[in-house]
Amino acid sequence: MNLASVPILSASFWATTAMIAAVVLSSAAGEVLTAAAMKSIGDLDEIRAHSGLKGAIVAVLTCPLFFAGVFFMAVAFFALLFTLNHMNLGLAGPATASLTLVANAIGAKLFLKENVDRRRWTAAVLICIGVYFLAH
Amino acid sequence: MAHQKLSLYQSTILILVSVCAPLGNACLAKGMTSLPALSVAHPIALFAAVFTPWVALGIALLIGFFASYLTALSWADLSYVMLATAWGNVVVELLSRFCLHEPVSWQRWLGVALITLGVGFVAPGPSRTIQPVRNDSELIETLAEKGVSR
Repeated sequence: MNLASVPILSASFWATTAMIAAVVLSSAAGEVLTAAAMKSIGDLDEIRAHSGLKGAIVAVLTCPLFFAGVFFMAVAFFALLFTLNHMNLGLAGPATASLTLVANAIGAKLFLKENVDRRRWTAAVLICIGVYFLAH
Repeated sequence: MAHQKLSLYQSTILILVSVCAPLGNACLAKGMTSLPALSVAHPIALFAAVFTPWVALGIALLIGFFASYLTALSWADLSYVMLATAWGNVVVELLSRFCLHEPVSWQRWLGVALITLGVGFVAPGPSRTIQPVRNDSELIETLAEKGVSR
């Protein structure tokens, strides 16, 4: 039996998985780092009321975590471009969109210590299935 | 854990996050498809595209999206913002059906219904997790961090 003919053992299966994983992980890292930055800065509306729009912009632009988040978002963008260059949008689009939702929820729970309760998990699953249907 | 509910202003910011991104992308798509094919070999043509009305409007909307998104993350959980703003996918479908008069299959309507249900499920819930203060020493530490003296 040719092992390469088994879908899960073929090189293309692992290449596809790796490309989608790269997009999802870099996107989730970007979102979690940006959220951590905004949490560390505090309520932007309060900062704006106290120091004006300039003060709010300075507060964001002087936070290193924000730039780390933007960096990973840029990596996710180029990883998505690379993925779309190698596989069709019908698979890459819904797979990355829905898995990023789940990865963000896991990242928020693990790293930001958010209370991702049953209500949010149910909503995440419904939206993931919804995104899948939208793409078909 | 204790939680906070959203004000009308905060709900408006979340609606802006949901609406600005799909509208911005739609404007960019409309602007770029109306231009002749561009090549990276001619970067000046690509730069000039930024100043065409649809592309400029798209960029302005995407800047508005990012500003609203950062504002929302400063007072709400990431797991709340990303779910509550998934309604943007529905906006795209409604725009394509009623503005562009494109046919929308029953699968896509089912997707719209599921996303609406998911957003409706999470949106009325708590927007932010507040870690509880466990004992007196932690309370004193928290107050000190906020600049409140004993």
